[in-house]
Amino acid sequence: MLEIKNLHVDLEEEDKTILKGVNLSVEAGKVHAIMGPNGSGKSTLSYVLSGRDGYKVTDGAATLEGHDLLDMEPEERAAAGLFLAFQYPVEIPGVGNMTFLRTAVNSQRKARGEEEMSATDFLKMVREKAKTLKIDADMLKRPVNVGFSGGEKKRNEILQMAVLEPKMCILDETDSGLDVDAMKLVAEGVNALRSEGRGFLVITHYQRLLDHIKPDVVHIMADGRIVKTGGPELALEVENNGYADILAEVA
Amino acid sequence: MAIARKKLDATQERLANVVPPKGAAWADAIRGDALERLRAMGLPDRRDEYWKFTRPDSLTQQDVPEAALFDNDEAPLFDAVDRLKIVFVDGVFDEDASDDLSLEGVTIERLFGAGQADIHWAKDIYGALEKRGQNPVDRPLAALNTALATDGVLIHVTGNASKPIHLIYRHKSVSSDAILHHVVKLDKGASLTLLENGPAAARFNKVMEIDVGDGAAFHHVRAQGRDHERRAVTHIFARLGAESAFKSFTMTANGVLTRNECVIELAGDDAIAHVAGAAMGDGDFHHDDTVFITHDAERCESRQVFKKVLRNGATGVFQGKILVKAGAQKTDGYQISQSLLLDDDSQFLAKPELEIYADDVACSHGSTSGAIDEEGLFYLRARGVPKSIATDLLTLAFLAEAVDEIEDEGLRADIVGRLEGWLTRRRG
Repeated sequence: MLEIKNLHVDLEEEDKTILKGVNLSVEAGKVHAIMGPNGSGKSTLSYVLSGRDGYKVTDGAATLEGHDLLDMEPEERAAAGLFLAFQYPVEIPGVGNMTFLRTAVNSQRKARGEEEMSATDFLKMVREKAKTLKIDADMLKRPVNVGFSGGEKKRNEILQMAVLEPKMCILDETDSGLDVDAMKLVAEGVNALRSEGRGFLVITHYQRLLDHIKPDVVHIMADGRIVKTGGPELALEVENNGYADILAEVA
Repeated sequence: MAIARKKLDATQERLANVVPPKGAAWADAIRGDALERLRAMGLPDRRDEYWKFTRPDSLTQQDVPEAALFDNDEAPLFDAVDRLKIVFVDGVFDEDASDDLSLEGVTIERLFGAGQADIHWAKDIYGALEKRGQNPVDRPLAALNTALATDGVLIHVTGNASKPIHLIYRHKSVSSDAILHHVVKLDKGASLTLLENGPAAARFNKVMEIDVGDGAAFHHVRAQGRDHERRAVTHIFARLGAESAFKSFTMTANGVLTRNECVIELAGDDAIAHVAGAAMGDGDFHHDDTVFITHDAERCESRQVFKKVLRNGATGVFQGKILVKAGAQKTDGYQISQSLLLDDDSQFLAKPELEIYADDVACSHGSTSGAIDEEGLFYLRARGVPKSIATDLLTLAFLAEAVDEIEDEGLRADIVGRLEGWLTRRRG
């Protein structure tokens, strides 16, 4: 599904290298987690994959189902099936959540040469999916993320994921700023989307999210590289001993 | 002094052969007075502080700069609204194209014709609100209008107008120079929705005086025509009685020169005045909103919301003032002017002013210029929305605060449709 090979990335405005040769392969149907200390490059990886400005790829490649991601505009990556759940979802005053969702869905359909969805079908579909995430009609009407609590913003991200049905989902610190109940709700939303054809890359600082979204593979990232890969037990090791031991071990 | 003398001499010269139209005695007296006032204040020139950001030359000069006719392929605006249409072609009333001027709760007359009567309700308003609005700032082009207007309508609203009145301004001559003057009087508790649209003429000077009686409500939505080469200077002079409401929204798309002045006097307690504008311009577009709101009574509320989208070197101007007189306690005044600059060549010039002589008031104002929000743009694109559509969505969102000032949903949808059309035509 997602193949990342020897990815090197610099910050565009500063002479600073963030990713120093990331190799990663996420298969369809699997959940991979990336853990790592602050500044290890986890969020940069998610931004580079989704096409945010400000980064320069100096070497390596990233493909989604064989398509070169790095050569595409952000909207083309989305239409190809890539989805990033933002760590900090952006507030967009003046654009209603429903309008936003519908524009996104129909833009992607159009890009893929599919029929646009009718207003009534769309409304029905969104309402059903919103219900399971406990997103009420009011939240759907309000401007995108404006005045939403931290939990509401993250639930809104998962709703977008559910509505857009991407092939490859990247969750960037989706647990940050969430209390236990909100985290459970978000995790349930993610788990409901797990399927054979879909891959997940869950970026997180802490193991606790992984109690709810059980990963198949756990990677430890440090200083712009994946330094260790293992099973779910690796996350527990981090939880119990911190990153220091692992980093010392691989150094 | 030398400059002032020169300016007055230039005005004398410009007006040397100007003769006001002849009508009823009361109207002729007002015209003569306006012409005298104009001679005394002089036509505006580029040295005037009030015209610092907008060059008045093409509005005052003898020769009318030509404006090519534009074939608008859009469906007529407000077409789905049941309304009474009054059509002017290059500033001349077109009886055949207009509806019968009869409407329940309203009397409508042409300025000329109706103006023949010796005594007319309009004589206390025509030129009178304009004259009051000349203090403390001169508005010579409005005095010029009062003196020389050749057509217009007098609308007397005695109850609730059963449907909106729609003034349609068609432009059919490349060098037309139109001067229209309308007077609207709303009796106590009366209400009217007034719609206006169209390019009007190559050069258009329009004054509308509105006397809003106690408890009356006046709603106004206008769209200025797409003919790009047209020029317009418009003035609204409104006086608001106690507990009355005045709400005016203007959309402007295109136009090499537009100056919209709005002068409002909150004369009775607990009155509300909302003025808003959404302007979108491309290239040599120049758009100026000049607003002056005077609070002269207690517990009145005023709101100014002006948004401009500017690209390819377009210029936006906002001069907005809230004057709170001594005694106008509990005034609630709000003013915001913002521009969205879609490139580095466009500019927004703003002069927000507050002048307050009462000690128990709440007034706020703000003015900003900015580019498209990059974070929002990336967020939309990351969800699959192409850059051009995402930019349009954010542009409409930027204008929303102004557009939302239109209370009627249908009218608002019509305006949003026009804004979307403008953006779609420019989609890269």
